[in-house]
Amino acid sequence: MQLVGSKSSQRLNDIGEGSVTLLPVEPEDMWHANNLISAEDVIKAHAVRKVTTESKTGSTHSERVHTDLTIRVTSTFFDMAASTLHVTGTVIVENSFVNLGQYHTLDLELSRPFTIWKKNGWDSVATETLKESLKQDKEGTVAAVVMQEGVANICLITEYRTILKQRVESTIPKKRAASSDQNSGMRRFFEKTLTTLMRSIDFGKPRPLLLASPGFVAVDFKKYISEEATRKADKTMMAMAKEATVVHSSSGHLHSLNEILKSPEVLATMKDMKFSKETRYMDELFARLRKDDGRAWYGVSTVVKAVNEGAVGRGGGVLMINNSLFRSLDLATRRKYVALVDRVREDGGEARVVSSDHESGQRLDALGGIAAILTYPMLGLDDDEDEDEGDGQNGVIEEPDLII
Amino acid sequence: MSRHQAYRNYDYENDLDEFDGQEAYEEEEELSPEDKAQMEAGTAQVRDALGPQTSKVTTAQIQDALWHYFYDIDKTVAYLVTKHIASPKAAKSAPPQKNKGEVASKTYHESSKHFSFADFFNDMPWGNIPKHREGTFIAPLYPRGGLLGGAGTPGKPSKLQQLALARKKKAEEQKAGNTDQDVQGTITQLSQLSVAQDLGVNEEGKSISITGPSSPDPTPSSKKPGLGTLLADRKRKVADLGQVETPPVTKSSPEPSVKSPDEDPAPEPAAPSAFAQTLLGSAPSAPKPLPKTSYQLPYMAFTSSVSEAFSGPSPDDVVLSAQAKASNKKLASISSKKNGGHDTKINQASEGVKAMNVDDAPLPKSKNLNVLKEYKNSKAKKSVSFIVVGHVDAGKSTLMGRLLLDLNVVDQRTIDKYRKEAESMGKASFALAWVLDQRVEERSRGVTIDIATNRFETDATSFTILDAPGHRDFIPNMIAGASQADFAVLVVDASTGAFEAGLKGQTREHALLIRSMGVSRVIVAVNKLDTVGWSQERFDEISQQVSGFLVATNFQLKNVSFVPVSGLGGDNMVHKSKDSAADWYTGGTLIQELENSQPLARALDKPLRMTISEVFKTTQSPLSVVGRVDAGSLQMGDALLIQPSGEKAYVKSLEVDSEPVDWAVAGQSTVIHLTHIDPIHVRVGDIVCDLKQPISCIDTFTIKALAFDVLMPMQVDVHRGRLHAAGQILEMPAILDKFKGTVLKKKPKVVKAGNIARVVVKLSDKMPLEAGQRIVLRSNGETIAAGLLE
Repeated sequence: MQLVGSKSSQRLNDIGEGSVTLLPVEPEDMWHANNLISAEDVIKAHAVRKVTTESKTGSTHSERVHTDLTIRVTSTFFDMAASTLHVTGTVIVENSFVNLGQYHTLDLELSRPFTIWKKNGWDSVATETLKESLKQDKEGTVAAVVMQEGVANICLITEYRTILKQRVESTIPKKRAASSDQNSGMRRFFEKTLTTLMRSIDFGKPRPLLLASPGFVAVDFKKYISEEATRKADKTMMAMAKEATVVHSSSGHLHSLNEILKSPEVLATMKDMKFSKETRYMDELFARLRKDDGRAWYGVSTVVKAVNEGAVGRGGGVLMINNSLFRSLDLATRRKYVALVDRVREDGGEARVVSSDHESGQRLDALGGIAAILTYPMLGLDDDEDEDEGDGQNGVIEEPDLII
Repeated sequence: MSRHQAYRNYDYENDLDEFDGQEAYEEEEELSPEDKAQMEAGTAQVRDALGPQTSKVTTAQIQDALWHYFYDIDKTVAYLVTKHIASPKAAKSAPPQKNKGEVASKTYHESSKHFSFADFFNDMPWGNIPKHREGTFIAPLYPRGGLLGGAGTPGKPSKLQQLALARKKKAEEQKAGNTDQDVQGTITQLSQLSVAQDLGVNEEGKSISITGPSSPDPTPSSKKPGLGTLLADRKRKVADLGQVETPPVTKSSPEPSVKSPDEDPAPEPAAPSAFAQTLLGSAPSAPKPLPKTSYQLPYMAFTSSVSEAFSGPSPDDVVLSAQAKASNKKLASISSKKNGGHDTKINQASEGVKAMNVDDAPLPKSKNLNVLKEYKNSKAKKSVSFIVVGHVDAGKSTLMGRLLLDLNVVDQRTIDKYRKEAESMGKASFALAWVLDQRVEERSRGVTIDIATNRFETDATSFTILDAPGHRDFIPNMIAGASQADFAVLVVDASTGAFEAGLKGQTREHALLIRSMGVSRVIVAVNKLDTVGWSQERFDEISQQVSGFLVATNFQLKNVSFVPVSGLGGDNMVHKSKDSAADWYTGGTLIQELENSQPLARALDKPLRMTISEVFKTTQSPLSVVGRVDAGSLQMGDALLIQPSGEKAYVKSLEVDSEPVDWAVAGQSTVIHLTHIDPIHVRVGDIVCDLKQPISCIDTFTIKALAFDVLMPMQVDVHRGRLHAAGQILEMPAILDKFKGTVLKKKPKVVKAGNIARVVVKLSDKMPLEAGQRIVLRSNGETIAAGLLE
């Protein structure tokens, strides 16, 4: 994302202060825009609107007009796969085509600037997001194929998110006397995966490729790629095979990505990326939860309690919040979370806004979107929570043997 | 008009049709000598076939029929019988009495109900004459016949009547009882018929006019007798005929001028002519001619042969039955010949239905067996399946290879061949394992990847081996196998260091998994004991450690037995070890221990459930699935449902232990050949279930799980038999007491290893699941929990 000269946005200043005009240049920027724009914000952007005019005789005539519209956002919709952002809201600046209060959905486009004005000012989280989005030194994204026999997930790992591009499924005959059947089944599966991979991810410029699987599937697939490359004398495929790194994963499901991201092969190439740090924090959190040493907690109420106690502070305190929580339409909720982040920073702890579209973010999501590693152990944080829940699940008498 | 148009309009077909007809006709004219010879022979054969009834058909008729059926004797005979012998239309064969029959029936109608003059005019368009101006018809005084009253009304019989009755009795006595009863039955039916004859002429006059000159006994026709009398007349006449031995009249009788009664059209009122309509206006709609409700039965008095003809089904019955079983081609074709054009149409329709059936492959037929009963009655060997588990390289596949070799399931030659191949790959010791490791990958890497199944039989039991992979990456495959097993063989590597490594590795995890999959009986095969010189101390040490952790994983010691074996050498497998160092072992061999194991109880009467473990194509059917029937039973022809696709399929045939069978029950490893389903809907891990009580596909479920590791809301792999899917622990509502099942703690943040907790799991996709199924949760390559679905 690029910050565009603030001249054009100055016109917005008669509405209020603190507007920025941004120019998205790559699909990733749309994701940043999605994080930036929340309800009640004002967006001015280029729009295409169908305008219907009715003549005196009653005949109607409609045409598409290109115009700039300013809307107050009511909701946003981000399409992960296509990386497009739709912002819906009511028009607040009239022009010759639209009236005040009419609804419009802006489709933010690449290489078309938009201006954002935050009604409630830029809080710390918003400015951080803005800063992040303006970072110029973009690392190359990594392509990864997580596979097992018969299933392959083709995904792109960017700094902020992992995008599942395509899922390949194919039935492979199981072990029978005629094993040739199975080999051909495997070949068919590899062929399908390779063509899908070539189609869904651009390998025009060399980019690292991770092949992960339990057992030997990934190794065989790498071999298959290089074989195919030699057979077809395909330069890009050859480069692919050369760049490909085989990583072990315990299953072919997408969530095995977190194992892949931890693997030394990946850490070597992507250690500076934002997510790698988050992954490390998540692992620490899970390890502490496992130990149950009272220093790792998750869930909103417990974390809020811990933060208010000042337990997430200098010396190892880490607060992790999924950025999906900041997309909350309710301003009060968002403020609460922002206050939480600010409090942790004040205390000297580290507050990480974790991308919900990334692997670690999804793990955090399972924990309710918020977790914290405390500087000192606190026990029984969840005790009072139990008391207010009085559903009668108790007293199930079962066989004296182990119940499972 | 140009010549072109003349040609264009020229109707070739028309001309061709005409030409064909002409040709056919010409051919008919001149019989070739061969035809003649054939005709002669055919005629003789037909006569033979007809037997005594030959007299009723003429040679010309036979030959006509033969020509028509291209000398097909059977068809000709059938045609002749129906057309000329059985049918009332058989005018040619009819005796002259037939004429009288008609008369008789007419007389009968008229005498039973008086003719109304109003009916006489019923088709007169009276125009719009008002009702009050219409005249009333007063029936003229009807000349009362002398014999009126009939059989129904016992009046004073006339002398003639009495005579007739007497004669009738006499005749009846002479007659065969059967025919008599038939006739009597018909009579009673007749008397029940309400007759509304709409047309009447002076029947006496008519009957006289119709009565042919050939009639041998003119008396009855001169009267107007009641039904009874008339019938009596017939009987008497028949009797007379029988007595006098009148030669059969068939041949002598000329073609009578009188139409056969069947063809006699019902007198319908003609529609008013155009002229009449203009004159009188449209006809009133009221006086619709009544449909003919009575039947003329001219054959009442026929000879016994005729009445015999009616002992069979009537032509109509034949048609009806032909329609009913449209598939019975022969019957249908006969009826069509008998009944002419109309029936041909029906026949065509039925033929059409048949053609439609041919397009669609017929559904497999079910024998509707009571499978459970059949199963109880069958004295089949008990079938048991067991899974072979253990740490990687403990020698599981080799052990099983040796077992199969010693039991002569595999011959030595195959093993030698494998050994040669294995040596060339530098893996000579893997030769026995190759019996089960058939995949190229498995052989080249020397590692079992997928479950291998094999069978062998002892005198009492038929065993299914499930050889599980030991490598931790292939534990999903091992879980799939464990879900099909009744008991387990845990192979432990006794060689120094390997046992300790295994105990930390998959030995423990496998033991946990088989226990959580419901397996309670374990045979521990302490393998490779020959490498430590059959040391009893080593064996005892291993036994102790293994039983220690087996007890810790909730196995009962009485269900655990230990056998020291050598897979490579074959000691204590089928035969006792010959090594003197192993003499200290006095227990049973592995095969004895296997035979001592009982299969788990089968859920026979539950609705059908089978997890598909393999899908393949055969020449027999485009889609075959393999799996062990988890619950219930199935048989050939059953309709099944495949979940989660929700598609219906039919069982074309079944195989159990590579033998075609009619049914299969829970516990059997079954091959089902399916029809009426697209292979795209069937995948490995799907569930075949009962159509009426299908398994439901759900994506969120609760399990009561034993945690092997710390549980918290996290992403997990969910395994259920062959099926595995990505999922996520949503929440853990409660930690439960291990034995009482009471809630110890609600909503714990984490569930620690060893605890039993209620866990809510959400799947990324819907999976066929139901209560009571065993689920395994894994994460990062480790089993973290296993439990029962609630």
